[in-house]
Order: sequence, then C-alpha cells, then structure tokens
Amino acid sequence: MTESSTQQPDRIRISGGRVVDPANKVDALLDVFIADGKIAAVGAPPGGFEAEHDIDASGRIVCPGLVDLCARTREPGQEHKATIASESQAAACGGITTLCCPPDTRPVVETPADIELIRLRAEAAGKTRIVTLGALTRGLDGEYLSEMAALKKAGCVGVSNALRPLANTLVQRRALEYAATFDLTVFLYANDHWLSADGCAHEGKVATRMGLTGIPEAAETAAIARDLALVEQTGVRAHFCRVSSARAAQMVARAQFDGLPVTADVAIPYLYLTEIDIRGFDSNCHVIPPLRTTEDRQRLRDAVQRGIFSAICSDHQPHDPDAKLRPFPSTEPGISGLDTLLPLGLRLVDEQVMGLDELIQRLTAGPAQILGLPCGTLTVGNTADICIFDPELTWQLDPSTIKSHGHNTPFMGWELKGRVTHTLLAGRQVHAL
Amino acid sequence: MSTASLQLDAHGRMKHFLCIEGLNRQLLTEILDTAESFTGVTEQTVKKVPLLRGKTIVNLFFEASTRTRTTFELAAKRLSADVLNINITQSSTVKGETLLDTLRNLEAMHVDMFVVRHNDSGAAHFIASHVAPHVSVINAGDGRHSHPTQALLDVFTIRRTKGPDFGRLRVAIVGDILHSRVARSQIHALNLLNTGDIRIVAPRTLVPAHAESLGVHVYHDLEAGIEGADVIIMLRLQRERMQGALLPSEHEYYELFGVTEEKLAVARPDVTIMHPGPINRGVEMDSEVADGSRSVILEQVTHGIAVRMAVMSMAMHHHKKSKA
Repeated sequence: MTESSTQQPDRIRISGGRVVDPANKVDALLDVFIADGKIAAVGAPPGGFEAEHDIDASGRIVCPGLVDLCARTREPGQEHKATIASESQAAACGGITTLCCPPDTRPVVETPADIELIRLRAEAAGKTRIVTLGALTRGLDGEYLSEMAALKKAGCVGVSNALRPLANTLVQRRALEYAATFDLTVFLYANDHWLSADGCAHEGKVATRMGLTGIPEAAETAAIARDLALVEQTGVRAHFCRVSSARAAQMVARAQFDGLPVTADVAIPYLYLTEIDIRGFDSNCHVIPPLRTTEDRQRLRDAVQRGIFSAICSDHQPHDPDAKLRPFPSTEPGISGLDTLLPLGLRLVDEQVMGLDELIQRLTAGPAQILGLPCGTLTVGNTADICIFDPELTWQLDPSTIKSHGHNTPFMGWELKGRVTHTLLAGRQVHAL
Repeated sequence: MSTASLQLDAHGRMKHFLCIEGLNRQLLTEILDTAESFTGVTEQTVKKVPLLRGKTIVNLFFEASTRTRTTFELAAKRLSADVLNINITQSSTVKGETLLDTLRNLEAMHVDMFVVRHNDSGAAHFIASHVAPHVSVINAGDGRHSHPTQALLDVFTIRRTKGPDFGRLRVAIVGDILHSRVARSQIHALNLLNTGDIRIVAPRTLVPAHAESLGVHVYHDLEAGIEGADVIIMLRLQRERMQGALLPSEHEYYELFGVTEEKLAVARPDVTIMHPGPINRGVEMDSEVADGSRSVILEQVTHGIAVRMAVMSMAMHHHKKSKA
C-alpha cells in the first residue's frame, strides 16, 4: 500500500461523531484518535495523547474511508476525459480513500511499469490511494496470457480482462489456472462475447420498442455458468464484477452456497435505474452491462442486502461531453459515479433496503476484503483512512457541485442527502467541506 | 426529453416528425387528410404549389436510399422548396467530422428543414434535440427504430383501398420484424387507428423480444398468420441475414414465408398486397403476387409523395405560426 510521505501527519482527535465500523461491530458515539497516520484509539484517548488538531464530528457519522472496487481515472491514455489528479480529487470529496482501476487504460496495464506509473501519479496527486488490476491477457486481446507473476510482484491486486470478454474458453481456462498459481483473484465481467455483440440495451420490451440492438440476459448468465464451471475446476478465487440481472445474482448465490470461492459486486446505478430510463434515448443511461428490468433491480437490491454482493462500487466512467453527444448506440457507455457513491448509498438506507451498518460494510470492509487489502476498518493500528459525513445535509448534483471531470451522469439535477465533510487519507486531511 | 414533447409543441402541433409514437389519432388523421388534398397536386399538369417557396430543405442521408430520398425530394420540389441532397456515407464523417459538427455547418447555411436517414436508432431524436429552434427535422428512417413517413403512406394506402374503418381489418406483416423500422412504425400507426387485428409473421429468429408488447399477435406459420387477412404487408429480407445465422437460406425462407398465389387462398379474396420496396422477387413473394391485381406496391410509392408533402408542409407551417 502506498503511504503519503509529503507531510508528517498531525495527532488528530475526531470528537463527538457516531462511529460506524462494521468490521469491528462498532456503532456508537465515540471519539477517534489518530497518530502517525494510524488509528491510535477509538473511545478513550491513548495515554498522554495530545491532539494538535480537533475535528468536531457531532451530528456526523465517522466511518472507514470508502473503498471503490471499480473507478476509471482515464489516465494513462484518455486524459481528455479525466486524469488521475482530477479523479483523485473527486474521490477525496466523495469520502473514497481507496479506488481500484481496471486494466483497460491506454496502454493497458500489463507490465510492472504500467502499475508503477499509475502509483506514482496517484502519489503525486496525494488525494486517494489507487490500486490496479493487471491485464488477464496480453493487450486484453484474449489470446495470450499476461505476465501475471510480474504483475503481482509489482503490486497489482488482481487480474481482469475488463470489459473485453474472452471468446475462447480454452484461453479462459488457462488464464484462470495461471492466476490461481499465484493466488491472484480474477475479476470477471460475465459477458458472452457473441451474445452481447453490438448490443447497447437490455433485450426486452423497451429495446424492442426503441429498435435498439439488445443484449440478452443470457449474455450474462451463459458467461457466469461457463465461468463458474471453470472456477470449480481451477480452484481460482473469482470475483464477478457489475452483476446486472436477477438470475445471475441467483447463480452467484448458489455458487457461494456450494462453497465456491466466489464474490460479486453491483454498481450503484443498477440499484436505481432500469431499462425504462433509456426511453427518450438518454445516452447518460447507456451502460454495459445494460440496465435491466424493474424486477432485476429489486433482486439486485435484495442480493446486496443479503450479502451475496459484498461490495457496492461506483463503476465510475468519466467521459468528455463529445462521447455522449451522438445518437444513442454510437455513444460511449458508462456513468460518472465518484460523486454519488455515498449519497446514493445512503438513499438505500432511507428507502429501508438495508441498514446503515450494512451499507457502510458494502462500501468499506466488503470491497477491501475482495481486494485483499487491510483497509476498510477503524481497527487500532490500521492506516487512518477515514470518511466523516453529515447524513442530513442535502445538496444538489449539478455542474457546479460535481467534482469529477466527467459530467455524464443521469443523476445530474438530483437532490441528494448526505455529504462528506472530511476525508482523511493515512491520517492526513485530503478533503474538508 | 420524451418523444412527444420533442416532436410536438405546447399546443400539440407538429414541430418535428420523428416517430409515430407520441402522436394522437387526431393528428395522424389530419396528416392523412392533408395528404389526400395533395394527391390532386401530383396529378395536375403543373405539379407545384407555392407552400414552401423560399425554404431550404436538406436531405441528409447517412444511409443509401433511392426511393425514400427521391420521393422526399419530389415532395419538397412540388411544395416549391429548394432541395439539397447530401449523402454523408461518402462525405464528412469519413473524414472524422462528428454528426453534430456536420449539422452545425449545414445550419449555418440557413437551412429550414432536415430530412434525415441514419443507421443509428435515435439519430433523428438526437438531431432534433440539437438543431436551432427554427429548424424542423423529419425522420426518414433511423436504425431499427422508426420510419414514420413510410408507415403513414402505408396506412394512407390502406385507407384509400379499404376505407376509413380500420376496426374491421386484419393486417398481417410478414418478414424480418427484428431489424425493421418500417414494421415498428406500421404497428404503432395501425394501433393508433384501432386496427382490429395486427399480426406479425416470421420465424423466431426475426421476431424481437416481447414483440407482443407492441400490440400485435405473433405467428410463426405463414398460412395461419395470413388466414382471413384483409391486408398483407411484406418486408424486405436483407441478404446479410443469412450470414448472421438468422436464416439458413433464401430458398428455405421462400418455401416457408414467401407469399405465392397458392398460399394466398387462405387470405380474404380481396386481400391487399403491400411491400415498402425494394422487392426481392422469389424471396418475399413471387412475381405473380407482386404484379397481380391485388398488389398496391406502386400506389404506395405514388402516395409516398403526397404523404411527405403533407408532413413537410405541416412541420414548416408550425414554425411560420410560432414565428408570427
């Protein structure tokens, strides 16, 4: 893990806040003490502790810094959309202290140098910790294995072929076996290459009416079935990214029940939006996998609550305006999501989909565990990554309040409740409202 | 923005013409009646009316077309407008210019109306939501989504042939529904006119998911589908459908879904045969049917001019009114 070295952290006391730390089963009004970038104590101050800086958190919630399983910073290669610096800033403002980048940058992350480059730029930005997934196959072309051992040594937290499904099942099998050799988690997007080809919307009533090429649910379920068979055979630890359908969630649940080493996540837009939202050809709702039915959305919500999905991510994909200024099928898919991860999550609590502790767990310890990182908790001795937010503060997402360079979000104009007031990265304040 | 609010103004009048969905029956009938009044013009010796004199209309075609583009051009000329044809397939976008830039450039030449065909569903909506307020957009076909003037000329032809009461009609649409913008628009138009029974007939590979939600009955057997039909509309089958593993061969398609005089025996004796063109003889139907007395395929083409005159004049009229 990267540590900030630019500045000696202060001794900080966060006082009067409601501390929610699901990993340690803590939910109480407590003070948090930070020294040397680490959690020194929760509750009573350690002996002889004198705070150099005091953060009044009364009326606020103090939780571990959020861990986002999937966010694209667009750097290197697409800096006209966003940069590590711009998106690090957005992450810090959103209370996110660790974010994981998929390998589909340009060039793709397939050598130790690529990982090093991202790490150095993230450190220079100094606002959030960025970890990377390495490419599963060379150039993500699905034909040759990447040098996974070298990638692991360089610090990648897993391997993935990102949004490029492997057409060749034999290559898929070999890639999983090879990853398992080095105890690497494979991050899989369940998407059948042939069934989803050219599609841009869920194959259903809405796509039929709008004449949009459909992506059937089977593109996801057929791929999951194949992947699960290979997971069982190879014994690799697999994580299914951005599950989008009720049936796929059910398949993951069954695999977990059967004891397979399988985890999964959902991206937060899928817990709010459905195929109906693309009516009127709203290109901000063009996402891959596609938004599915109201029934699917309900089952995805159930699956998060039940812990079948142990993480909720932003699936942040910032775009330049031109990427969305085209007819719907020609627009680039993806939603800018760093700004809305926490407030949209809190809305799930308001809508009684899950408790606050469950939500915080899915945004912190849950994803940290998938990444195999020791963050996402307020355990004494841990690096002090902390998010403090006011759960009652309402604000509007608009072009003046959004921090990401990507303004491509269907939630633009929404009134959101809950705003991050302070973010601490390794004991250093990287955001204050 | 919803389709209805994009193509209609606050008074429910036509601003753009993008799709049949969102129109009401009254407006649809008004267009058909206006088209009826224009049929006289096209039969006169001097086939012109000065309704759009001084207006500039650009036919912006990103996809090849002969029939649709030509009838739009003729319609515009008969309304005395100046017409410019631009085929983008071989133009700017090849050089990397975005659709929006192409549009802005043409707009700068003080164009009053765009007639647009594009291979992306939603392209006409996209253009309509980005043009200057005084410019009208007419959809001449977008992806698989909509081809509203074709659907209008089809129901216009049916009305002329069968009379105004659609409630007693059984209409069967046969062929590649999945990829057809024409079928989608026809279905909406027929439903708007309260057609008694709308059927689609095709193998399962050419029927979109949840097709019945469009308000049709789905058949996979030709004879069952056209039984008792008052109108049969055939759709063009594109050759590339064989490559996509949607069909095994043209031969088998013709055997199962090609309309012949013999198979027509189950339809009503006065059945009307329609096709938006161009026809593949010996694939969708045999020549005997295409050229037979019950075929109105060429009338459809003629009616296309009157219907397009109606749509263009109504959309332009709106702008005149709103300026005044």
